[in-house]
Amino acid sequence: MKQYSILRLITKLLLPLILLFALYVQFHGDFGPGGGFQAGVIFAAGFVLYALVYGLDNARRLMPTWLPRLGISLGVLIYAGVGVAGMLLGGAFLDYGVLDPHDPVHGQHLGILLVELGVGITVASVMISIFHAFAGRGR
Amino acid sequence: MTEHLPALQVVVPLIAAPLCALLRPGRAVWLLAMATCALCLLIAALLLDQVLARGVISYAMGGWPAPWGIEYRVDVANAYMLLVVATIGAVVMAFARTVVEQRIRLPASKQPWFYTTYLLCLTGLLGMIVTGDAFNVFVFLEISSLSSYVLISIGRDRRALTAAYQYLIMGTIGATFILIGIGFLYVMTGTLNMADLTARLPAVADTRTVRAAFAFLTIGISLKLALFPLHLWLPNAYAYAPSAVTAFLAATATKVAIYVLLRFFFTIFGAQFSFGTMRLDVILLPLALAGIFSASVVAIFQTNVKRMLAYSSVAQIGYMILGISLVSVTGLTAAISHLFNHALMKGTLFMALGCVSFRIGAVSLDRLAGVGRIMPWTMGAFVIGGLSLIGVPLTAGFVSKWYLILGALERGWWPVALLVLLTSLLAVVYIWRVVETAYFQPAPEGRATGEAPLALLAPTWTLALANLYFGLDTSLNAGVARRAAEALLGVGP
Repeated sequence: MKQYSILRLITKLLLPLILLFALYVQFHGDFGPGGGFQAGVIFAAGFVLYALVYGLDNARRLMPTWLPRLGISLGVLIYAGVGVAGMLLGGAFLDYGVLDPHDPVHGQHLGILLVELGVGITVASVMISIFHAFAGRGR
Repeated sequence: MTEHLPALQVVVPLIAAPLCALLRPGRAVWLLAMATCALCLLIAALLLDQVLARGVISYAMGGWPAPWGIEYRVDVANAYMLLVVATIGAVVMAFARTVVEQRIRLPASKQPWFYTTYLLCLTGLLGMIVTGDAFNVFVFLEISSLSSYVLISIGRDRRALTAAYQYLIMGTIGATFILIGIGFLYVMTGTLNMADLTARLPAVADTRTVRAAFAFLTIGISLKLALFPLHLWLPNAYAYAPSAVTAFLAATATKVAIYVLLRFFFTIFGAQFSFGTMRLDVILLPLALAGIFSASVVAIFQTNVKRMLAYSSVAQIGYMILGISLVSVTGLTAAISHLFNHALMKGTLFMALGCVSFRIGAVSLDRLAGVGRIMPWTMGAFVIGGLSLIGVPLTAGFVSKWYLILGALERGWWPVALLVLLTSLLAVVYIWRVVETAYFQPAPEGRATGEAPLALLAPTWTLALANLYFGLDTSLNAGVARRAAEALLGVGP
């Protein structure tokens, strides 16, 4: 891809915007459309674009394969951990209201934010891992 | 903590699964997975105990009360199912370590992922049973299905890949149909909670949408439970999956699909609508009989013993559907009792075959010659499982056959009762072929193999002895099954 300088330049310009948009979709999810799933896919799409244009080796240098593998588990654990925290604080599983002892509404915000973060991490990690698995075949 | 048991039943394996993936390959991963399965079994036992003593348990996820939030609802029927699945999950996990270490096409570095997938599959199966929300059933169905495709595909035989792919296609069609059915119900009633659906459906029951939903759900669930003639994915999937996976899936996955069928047709639609208005029994009865008969005959002609047992599973599913299509307490008792008994017998048989293939490397009939003398304990367990499969008195298999024949005679359908007896004779034929080869044919020269290791034999014999125990003490597999049947039909206490 060395000869496609326009493609490389545009990718470099777009990449931060894609990642920023992913974060926007992630953290704005409880006010507007979006959430962890969509954000995770957008984030992974940015990464895949980078890998397509700059090559798999550069992409691996950017994000070593163990990182998404860790992320897959980490996201689920964040999700389930928030649920169990609600349980330990005296509510039901995934009851966010009890996360903040003073203001249940604040607790709800915090809970959904963390749960969606877990979803986002897992989805992005799974997408990147699938890309790695396919792109890395025969190496 | 006891009030959280319904949630913990699903949450415990869900948390343990990613933890397994994070651990380094080695003994610790199996220990964690085994402890998780044991804990699941304990939770299931406690839940059944609570339900029998105090009636239905309801748990509001996230503190949102039903019907707005997701409700986990445990009554006798699903507490019983939870116990079946958790028991098999724990016993097979004990069996799985040796299989995973030596008999699976996975490098050591990836073996922790087997346990992750296994636990996710268990999560999905338990979740489908425990939930009281129709959409949640679909979500857990996908969790269990996706992980079971992966589990099947890691068999040593390369054909496991195509088998898993075939199952993936069929399973996805089934799951899609189920989702369409649930979607139609949601459109008509505006609710996904099962109890709420039960209350709201009669008002809109006489519409084409609800009838279409009923049809989609019937086909979708029948695909997942491998009802004849939608069973074509099953023989290959069972034959080429690793033995521990076959034992686990054969004893749980199709059973849970049958539970879903019971839940949708008896609880949500109601027996009156499903069998009175829609006449589902007219479809199920001939399919069940055709399935029992044809699968048993095909089983006789198989040379791969694992494949033979897979066809036998299709026949056994036919018995359960036959029990359901009788639409009586006795018939349902037979079906629900057979869910448990069949899990025991097929678990035993597939694990015994796992022991054989561990030593001999194959399970084709000609390779089994003389195995009875080389591996007396393994084949002993196989014989007990086989007797139970045939339905010999004093084994668990007899209990369900007894109720099935009783139920058929109650309805005055003596030809059906006769067919059940006749097809049991077909089971005698295919089990006898294995027994004859294993005990009465000389072992080929130069095969120096011994008995399977204790780590494989102990779980196998646990289930084999359970076959005998539950043939004598029927308080669980007939007594509780009867209470579950009464709860589903809405009669009795």
